[in-house]
Amino acid sequence: MAKIQPPNLRESEVWKSIFRPGSIYRKGYKDTSRDRALATMNNVLWHLHPTKVKRHGLKLTYTFCLGGLSFFLFILLTLTGIFLMFFYRPMADIGGAQAYTDMQIIRTSVFFGDLMRNLHRWGAHLMVLSVSLHMARVFYTGAYKPPREFNWVVGVVLLFLTLGLSFTGYLLPWDQLAIWAVTVGTSLAGYSPFIAKQANFLLLGGAIVSPNTLLRWYVLHVLGLPFVMVLFLAVHFWRIRKDGGISGPL
Amino acid sequence: MSWEESPKDVEVYQQALDAELAAGTERRIAEGRARSKAIRSFRAANPEEAAKHASAARAPGADTPAAAPAAAATPAAAAPAGGAVAVAAAPMTSARREAPLPTGNIPTPKKGAEDKHRLLALVPPEGIQRVEREQGDRVHTWPHFLLEEFIAMLILFAGMLVFSSIINAPLRELANPNLTPNPSKAPWYFLGLQELLRYFHPMVAGITIPTFILVGLAAIPFVDRNASVKPGDRKIAITMFTMLFMFGAILTIIGSFFRGPGYNWVWPWAQGVFFEL
Repeated sequence: MAKIQPPNLRESEVWKSIFRPGSIYRKGYKDTSRDRALATMNNVLWHLHPTKVKRHGLKLTYTFCLGGLSFFLFILLTLTGIFLMFFYRPMADIGGAQAYTDMQIIRTSVFFGDLMRNLHRWGAHLMVLSVSLHMARVFYTGAYKPPREFNWVVGVVLLFLTLGLSFTGYLLPWDQLAIWAVTVGTSLAGYSPFIAKQANFLLLGGAIVSPNTLLRWYVLHVLGLPFVMVLFLAVHFWRIRKDGGISGPL
Repeated sequence: MSWEESPKDVEVYQQALDAELAAGTERRIAEGRARSKAIRSFRAANPEEAAKHASAARAPGADTPAAAPAAAATPAAAAPAGGAVAVAAAPMTSARREAPLPTGNIPTPKKGAEDKHRLLALVPPEGIQRVEREQGDRVHTWPHFLLEEFIAMLILFAGMLVFSSIINAPLRELANPNLTPNPSKAPWYFLGLQELLRYFHPMVAGITIPTFILVGLAAIPFVDRNASVKPGDRKIAITMFTMLFMFGAILTIIGSFFRGPGYNWVWPWAQGVFFEL
């Protein structure tokens, strides 16, 4: 009587169709130079990287992983942000500040809501810090020098976008901390030359921080700025490779 | 045919090389251009000689079926080595080579032929430059680099999970446009600018200086044209950037911890900290 063999999942056509040759999950992966290269090349995420990197780039004290960690924080903020969007309405009309009550509900009634909010808030502060430090690292290693000049400029734009994302998010809890920090922060726009009034109106959707501002900044925070950010991130990563990978060694 | 075997005008080579080097061209490129000039000038000066050399270069191809009948058919032209081909190759010495006119027939694969194609390029000898790219000391991204990235990510995530489980993000009372808290502070990354407001007109502190910083940062690579990345060669650049960075950091720290009610100076250990993230 023939024994019934359990099907070998890793040899199935479905498995092989998902994991391309060279994948470490595919049967027959060998720890050879060829398969190591294929593991990077044939993977949609990993092929952001070249198949080989300069050895000195592995040294932790060269990059401190700051660029990579900034990107990781961006991903983490996107994920926790999507979670929070399920429970938050950017409304603060007279008589019912849903934005604020939603915040309270997230903190008290939503499963893992408080943890997600904490991760989102601390992550945002940390990202501003890590992006700034990443810029400092790039400066000190001279990584903005030819041919990387343009990528440095893209990086400055990304720093600006990071600040914009953090600042637009700062208003959303709609508590005293939020509106007054934003009032102080945006009051400076009222001093721009020639277009003071217009700049202020464009930023706030009115003369003062109001429910209009909340809606405006919410849309910028969850859609507008992240969209621009992703475009610039794509150019940033692409240029790293085109400009010859990580800079150095010193 | 290598450069050494090619007939050339050494004088022209030397002149061209000197001219290119004087013009500041990189040595490798200058040599390539000088070689090209030397060979072309030789060919222009004595076409027959060049034809002979071209045939000599092609001699190994003479044993192919196509070349052999040609040699038999034109014995008159049987010059020393592969002379028959020399006749065929002679027009090559003229400036332009004519390709056969297009026939309009789409070639069909031979029956039973292997399904593959080759790419073949003909490169004139002067076009060959030895390109030596330093491969450098490289390691595979997988596993070395990716593992490092992954571990860094895990450590950061673990740290953030622990921190976020213990310390709650602030949430104050409902926003009230009629009740200004004292002090009112911007988010921490703008506190350096808010601190500047104490010393400058708002237009300077809020518009001019931030614009100057952003544009100045973006302009760094175009202002600093020093090609070296060695810290010893960039003392001025490093000093200036460090001063700017420290200046921003100190202003931010002052704005965060040393400013209290009325945005007046406080000592955080005496009057307490008026700072929220």
